[in-house]
Amino acid sequence: MNIAEKRQSPAFYVLIIVLIIMSIGPILLMLTTSLKLNVEIMSDTSSLLFMPTFDNYETVLCNVLWYEPDHVDYCDPSFARSLGNSLFIGLVSTLITLVIGCMAAYSLVRFRFMGRGTVSLTTLMMRMVPPAVLLVPVFGIWTFQYGLDGTYTGIILVYVAMNLPFVIWILQSFIVQVPIQLEEAAKMDGANPLQIFFLVVLPVIKPGLAAAAIFTFRVAWNEFLLANALLNRDTRTVPVTIVNSLTEYDIDWGVIMATGMLLAVPPIIFTFVASKQIITGMTAGAVKG
Amino acid sequence: MNSLNLNRFTPYMFLAPAGIVLTIALLYPIGYMVYASFLNWNPSQLISEAEWVGLRNYTNLLADAAFIESFFVTLKFAFCVVILEMLVGVGLALLLDRNIRGMSVLRTIFILPMMIAPIVVGLMWRYMYHPTVGVFNRTLKDWGFEAIPWLSDSTWSLISIIIADVWQWTPFIFILSLAALQSLPKSVLEAARIDGASAWQQVVSIKIPLMMPVLIVTLLLRLIDAFKVLEVILVMTNGGPGLSTEILALRISRTASEFRELGVAAAMSNLLLILLLVLTLGMFLYNKIVETKKAKLRAAVEEG
Repeated sequence: MNIAEKRQSPAFYVLIIVLIIMSIGPILLMLTTSLKLNVEIMSDTSSLLFMPTFDNYETVLCNVLWYEPDHVDYCDPSFARSLGNSLFIGLVSTLITLVIGCMAAYSLVRFRFMGRGTVSLTTLMMRMVPPAVLLVPVFGIWTFQYGLDGTYTGIILVYVAMNLPFVIWILQSFIVQVPIQLEEAAKMDGANPLQIFFLVVLPVIKPGLAAAAIFTFRVAWNEFLLANALLNRDTRTVPVTIVNSLTEYDIDWGVIMATGMLLAVPPIIFTFVASKQIITGMTAGAVKG
Repeated sequence: MNSLNLNRFTPYMFLAPAGIVLTIALLYPIGYMVYASFLNWNPSQLISEAEWVGLRNYTNLLADAAFIESFFVTLKFAFCVVILEMLVGVGLALLLDRNIRGMSVLRTIFILPMMIAPIVVGLMWRYMYHPTVGVFNRTLKDWGFEAIPWLSDSTWSLISIIIADVWQWTPFIFILSLAALQSLPKSVLEAARIDGASAWQQVVSIKIPLMMPVLIVTLLLRLIDAFKVLEVILVMTNGGPGLSTEILALRISRTASEFRELGVAAAMSNLLLILLLVLTLGMFLYNKIVETKKAKLRAAVEEG
């Protein structure tokens, strides 16, 4: 058995290398393109050897740089501004979702007045609702009834609502594992429910919080359709800016790829820092039902 | 007295914020959409000014050739990607299910495509499919083949978006089925090996049947998600050429923003939602059946 396995080894490692190249190849291609000048991108000879340049990134970030890049004739502030918007919207909606979701999950587990079955069915139902389905009602209600079109509040409200079911559900599975004795001990010492929740339960479920935070931030950071319908020029997020700068012909690939790279960097960092939590969050849906 | 009161209201206090947000930003909009699907409503009107047209939006849709086509494009896309991803993902999981060092690094690399914004994924693939500067056509030309009209031909464009989706989501299936494989009872596999089952026999008659519950849930999850894909296709082809890649989600968004027919878009959303509801309920029922079966089995074992 051992011998047989060893004999397969070379083919096995070749397969692994091919898979790695396939999965990160496109991302590396985007990175190298963003470091090239348009002359090089358009030239007929594609070469792996080129002088990396940060020109494209300077064009994207021109109005927040502390110096003025020479090659930028006209500084378009929309990219840098949308980057700031994306960051703000992502962080605030993640924070709110976590606080609200945590409280709800905690009360669902500890005070059990609704079955776990009901909660997981609701979560599944909410998971299935595509953003495209929310487009018409959210546009109508936010514009005509709430008066929240174009505001940060409006889009944050949408993202919080979209993420809550998943967050409640995943946190629930972590809170179930917190020993009740821990909370009873705190109660004996005279802690009120809020203190127990914030000082005893929250620190124990940190890994669950990390997974929930990453998934929430990812949705808010990557979402396009609803952001496109609700936000205006000043509050636009990066995905909307990217799509708006795509035209049928004559695309400035270097600059677009630099923007795309900037949009891709935070998720890539999360992936390398917390891949374990991400996989937990991903598999929880299928393996535990 | 005070603390008793507090205790009685605590659960509701903790649940209230989530309940309020979900009601005003999710349940109410969905109900609103159902109502709007019976109206002839354009974006410049208040909803109260819109005319009630009953089921006309729905009957018009069912007679609308473009809608029917985009419905079938959606089905074709969803079934193709799910079948391909299941085959490749489960196959890879079976091949790579060994104790090798660096498996966690490998998994980390594999989840990258899923974490990156769909907009960016579409961008990368649009660049790679580019007729002149794209890497595919360049390579084809270097090797002396004809260039392929990846995104400008109606047959190829569907294939192209399927390839992009397979690239992005196969790792999802791979990771789930690897997790399922590694949680299989070791004793069963050991017994099979001792009985002289070949590697292929082990896969077909032990591993796959034991993984089946997880595989079916994975398949349904992926199928539901496949109906939600939008951004990648929007960036790559914007539904074209013609209607060849116009999936339902894209058609809804275009009906709302370009044709300015919110009532029709709402009716379409409703149909999509019903389709997904059926799939989701199917998954939930399947889970329930498997669980009761397991419980019965356990009870039988305990009794005997």
